Amino acid sequence: MSPYRTIIGLEVHVQLLTRTKLFCGCSTKFGLPPNSATCPVCAGLPGALPVMNRMAFELALKAAMALNCQIASLTKWDRKNYFYPDLPKNYQISQYDLPFSKAGWLQIECPGGAKKIGIIRAHLEEDAGKMLHDEQGGGRDSLVDLNRTGVPLLEIVSQPDLRAPEEAKAYLEEMRLLLREIEVSDCEMQEGSLRCDANVNIHIPISPSPVASSFSREPTASADRIQPHGTPSALAAGSRLNVESTGAEGETFAATPIVEIKNLNSFRGVERALKYEAERQFQEYQQKLGSVWNVDPRSARNFAGSTVIPVQEKRNGSLVMVAKATAGWNEKRGVTEIQRRKEEAADYRYFPEPDLVPILIDSLMLEKARAGLGELPAAQRNRLQTEYGLSPYDASVLSSQGRAVVAYFEQTAGLSGDPKETSNWISNEVLQTLNDRKQQIREFAIPPASLAGLIQEVKSSGLNKQRAREVFAEMANSDATVKAALAKLGYQVVSDESQLREIVRRAVAANPKAVADFKKGKVKAADAIKGAVMRETKGMANTELVQRLLAEELDAV
Amino acid sequence: MALPLEHVRWVAHLARLDLTPAELEAMARDLGAIIEYVNQLQALHTDGVEPLAHALDLQNVFRADELAPSLTVDAALANAPARRGDFYAVPAVLD
Repeated sequence: MSPYRTIIGLEVHVQLLTRTKLFCGCSTKFGLPPNSATCPVCAGLPGALPVMNRMAFELALKAAMALNCQIASLTKWDRKNYFYPDLPKNYQISQYDLPFSKAGWLQIECPGGAKKIGIIRAHLEEDAGKMLHDEQGGGRDSLVDLNRTGVPLLEIVSQPDLRAPEEAKAYLEEMRLLLREIEVSDCEMQEGSLRCDANVNIHIPISPSPVASSFSREPTASADRIQPHGTPSALAAGSRLNVESTGAEGETFAATPIVEIKNLNSFRGVERALKYEAERQFQEYQQKLGSVWNVDPRSARNFAGSTVIPVQEKRNGSLVMVAKATAGWNEKRGVTEIQRRKEEAADYRYFPEPDLVPILIDSLMLEKARAGLGELPAAQRNRLQTEYGLSPYDASVLSSQGRAVVAYFEQTAGLSGDPKETSNWISNEVLQTLNDRKQQIREFAIPPASLAGLIQEVKSSGLNKQRAREVFAEMANSDATVKAALAKLGYQVVSDESQLREIVRRAVAANPKAVADFKKGKVKAADAIKGAVMRETKGMANTELVQRLLAEELDAV
Repeated sequence: MALPLEHVRWVAHLARLDLTPAELEAMARDLGAIIEYVNQLQALHTDGVEPLAHALDLQNVFRADELAPSLTVDAALANAPARRGDFYAVPAVLD
């Protein structure tokens, strides 16, 4: 059990699947030669005017609906002003007070079951250019490539609802699956079409302690007095004073300052960085509490039903909140590196973008977006369970592979009449084969009808699993039907009862120890005898028949 | 009424303007006058009036997602103060 709880919120940027940029007709293609896809709009030349890409807006709308967001009826664009060479016009066109969507959620699967993660907002904005810095620190000029400038991005900000690094990873995986399924973004992290910044802090429970009672009758107890030594009792004092205001859970927490982690290049990196950072914050908290940091119950606030007191720092005789910090994730060293504390709020001087007119979102636009969604992953997982009786795990394995694989499953299951076995074959052999061959399901050699045929053959002839896998491999290699593959491999299941009974009898007679063990109640001992039968028949005995005959013969001993 | 000098200094900083003390004073006076002038609008009663998102009475101006020719690299970089290879070269900036 962790001595603290981790609070995570993610900010995700995804590139929308458009041919052209958000405000001009330049290409959004990845990997073009530097500065070959720019125009006066990208370069912010005087007189250049942006015009909104309809496709970008429609894709953004689709994504927001899939994220269960409230869609605004009127939305507008704003300038976010800052000076940096990656955006030569010195502002980014973004959305400030009237984003086109807000207040949604994304359902993710956690070990404890499904969980809804709140989405604060999703808005459209343009990407900035790419900077290449002198990595040697030799002070050489930085290089700017403006190809990426103006590429349409959807920024999706989650509520701080994620409670573990694993949940953050699950959220990203679900987000990627969802956005790929509805063809809003290809979410290729390596190509920057999905980027993630993670905000994290930890809540440490501060439990009431008898030592604290000396402060309990001083409602105006100063912060100085409740943090004299940085000992657990000082902590406890903080919580003791606050007992009245704690919620139903009755727990009070100290909260560390939020750290925003950047440079996260993979989902695994996100998980590792969050794990590292949460633990680092816990160490820092233990070191600084009492000496540098204080927990003053007067600044307690409510967080999701419990009482949380942010740590503060004593400066010039008064307590101030510790500012949020930015950290970079160093993948090689596996550590987060704190870059700076944001002492003052960034001053972007947002104001309405006069070069773009607002958008009124009418019911026609909404209907069009909704019609393009299709079945979303969470609903699909649910249906695979109720309609086909799959376990939540099996449903989620299939669903995570995308709609084409689910369609393949549904066709095969319909023909084989055995959804569970179909799911097993697809989750194991089919996906493994696709993975080995770097193939998509639509390129796969075995059509649903053939796989269904194999599943039925296994059922009716009692072909054992090992042999069935060989037949599967043959089918995948030669586009053969089940019959042809069986014939080619020379496999003929032995289902002749008298012939098999003879073999079973011999095997029983040859394994007296296994028989004796079985009679003593070791049911597993029968496996050795069954193994002998299978060896004798080169694995071609009808499994179910052997099972029955063996039971009868053992009874007769 | 002149704007407080520290406001002017802050705005100048945000706009990357390096003002002399005399310029700061003048700017504080001028900006103060401008704000005072615009402030007359505060006298209007705007209860029940929808905020205006844009000065033009125009909405939903879109273009199709169709490729248009980009500039050549040379044309794009023609106005660059400095160029290295096919990149703009700018003084090293620390974030």
